[in-house]
Amino acid sequence: MMVQTPILALLLADLLGLLLLIPAGLFALQVLRHWDPSSGHARQLRLEKRTHLVAAILGLVFLAQLLALPLFVHAVDRMALQIVGAMCAVGTLNANPWGLPALLLRIGLFFLAAAWLLMHRMDRRAPDYPLIRAKYGLVLLILPLAVVTAGTQLAFFLQLDPDVITSCCGSLFSQDSESVAAHMAGLPALPTMIALYGTIGLALAAAGVYLRWRRGLLLFGTLAALSFPVAIAAIVAFLSLYVYEHPLHHCPFCLLQPEYGRIGYALYLPLFVATALGIGLAFTSAFAQREGLRAVLARAAPPLVVAAATGLALFAALTAWLSWQSNLILLGY
Amino acid sequence: MTELRRTLARQRYLLDHTVASMTRRRARNLGLLLVYAAMVFLLASVLFYSSALKHEAALLLAEAPDIVVQRMVAGRHALISGQHAQTLRGIRGVRAAEGRLWGYHYDPAVRANYTLLVPPGAGIEPGTAVIGPALARARGAESGDVLGFRGHDGTLRPFQIAAVLPQESALASADLFLVAESDFRALFGIPDGQYTDLALQIPNPREERTVAEKVREALPDSRPILRDEMLRTYDAVFDWRSALVLLPLSGTLLAFAILAWEKASGLSADERREIGILKAIGWETGDVLAMKLWESGLLSLLAFLFGTAAAYWHVFGLSAPLLAPVMQGWSVLYPDFRLTPAIDATQLLALFFLTVLPYLAATLVPVWRAAVTDPDEVMR
Repeated sequence: MMVQTPILALLLADLLGLLLLIPAGLFALQVLRHWDPSSGHARQLRLEKRTHLVAAILGLVFLAQLLALPLFVHAVDRMALQIVGAMCAVGTLNANPWGLPALLLRIGLFFLAAAWLLMHRMDRRAPDYPLIRAKYGLVLLILPLAVVTAGTQLAFFLQLDPDVITSCCGSLFSQDSESVAAHMAGLPALPTMIALYGTIGLALAAAGVYLRWRRGLLLFGTLAALSFPVAIAAIVAFLSLYVYEHPLHHCPFCLLQPEYGRIGYALYLPLFVATALGIGLAFTSAFAQREGLRAVLARAAPPLVVAAATGLALFAALTAWLSWQSNLILLGY
Repeated sequence: MTELRRTLARQRYLLDHTVASMTRRRARNLGLLLVYAAMVFLLASVLFYSSALKHEAALLLAEAPDIVVQRMVAGRHALISGQHAQTLRGIRGVRAAEGRLWGYHYDPAVRANYTLLVPPGAGIEPGTAVIGPALARARGAESGDVLGFRGHDGTLRPFQIAAVLPQESALASADLFLVAESDFRALFGIPDGQYTDLALQIPNPREERTVAEKVREALPDSRPILRDEMLRTYDAVFDWRSALVLLPLSGTLLAFAILAWEKASGLSADERREIGILKAIGWETGDVLAMKLWESGLLSLLAFLFGTAAAYWHVFGLSAPLLAPVMQGWSVLYPDFRLTPAIDATQLLALFFLTVLPYLAATLVPVWRAAVTDPDEVMR
């Protein structure tokens, strides 16, 4: 195992998170079974009192989850220096089979945590807790994911030894390897471009429809969430090629390196924010028929939709600009 | 928009009230702030210091030869002959192979080891030496003075100091003693044609690995060391050292979390009354909870700012007097140098996870307990 401060911080965060999440999960079970706002039973009063605590705990844990993803990526990227053949985060993640799953799980946890925080915000603004069951149901979904993530990450760090020879991004993203990442590299540029701009275009149109007629929030949320995998595929398939100006370099992590002006942060930040808002809005709007929630959504959703749409538009604009100004020609005339 | 403005205004009023209520219990909060900031300071100093050392090491190693070849005899580093260098020059991809002469000399007068080195090229006249700044300080030597060493055969050999190296390169040159080749050989009794190790120049970095393999084949008793490997090792060593310093501090972390829990749960009668009155005049549990969380948050923010600022000053202003002996190594002639500030977001984020998160987690339950107290219970 590599003993490093960011690793210790991540392990501590996961441990603390689980210590707090497990009792919160038990509480969630109680809420799902016994929650009844119309009852004056002592148990209901106790639940109502305690929900303040659990909500505060979950808020803290999920906020920490949001910060854990950038810490993880940055730490892994930095560790590449100590691993032979690793040139960026991909090399480190590839040093043992737990690396990529740990990253994917972290991303999943990031989005679910963001969705929970958004639902919680909406729920608090309505007087009658319209989302409480949905919220705690989501906690029960997140809890096992958090356990698996913590376990996978621990296994990854425990088996990570400096000096293990790993394939660097050059071989992982080469065309003949069979992994998922390699598959993305194999996607042809033109269809991926059409898919990317198509999905984002549809999402922006759905945002327009919602802002004009207050309809189709679920559709917008779903499209915004769908943009994420498409955008990642696009980054691997063509955007990274344009940025590195190299027809075979598909790595999505090298974008974060200073050699390329850390352009990755400008790309990933709006994308992650937009996707997180989209997932949260999609989850919330699935329960929009509830009386209390409808009023809250009507007031709170439009600015969030504008924010998410702006993020997507920024991503698309930056992608288009990077492709246009690149010296690499991928598509023939 | 008005919605947002209203929320912000509400939070501002809450914050206002929190600050006012915190200043009323100044002594207690200042004490906690002090302990908290001291903890952040300790952890941040270790982090900043190790990253600055890594930064320096990387800068130094950028100048190192691409491959160093050492001869191993019975698992120990031994002298290597000039013939080996000739063999290596024949490997395709090697532009130059130079023998290097360096070693250590223990000086009983100051009880320290010097690093003796023959600089490449004919830089130094026989009988003279160029010395590092820390060595000059330790011996009180200046340019023009004479320093004498006993050689391997017991004869005293005087060296006239031709120059003292500038302070800027102190990390690398603090204990250096640069001499001419003939003096070096005479002092240590190293025969002509033998070298400490060989430095290879490889113009194409992609060939380094292959060249290293060919070196192993051509000279089976040798050990090629790549610059990358040195860099990686330094990086790992400094990380490992900083984590080793941090691990015992985790006990402090736990003690601090317990202190935070205690402080947050030991509500004074005054505070209880305050919460009771707030609830009686219409504050909800959520509001009291928000106020209390603001309190924790403000304290954390202040402690984090003070702690990191103090650590920054300690490491980059004062060169970390509290940590240097542990983190730098076991040398006696410590270089006296200013580190270049090298901080990245990872460190600050890791620091946040190590300090603020445990504090907030420890205070949540007591804070909630305070917030749910019924007004009649406390005002009775």
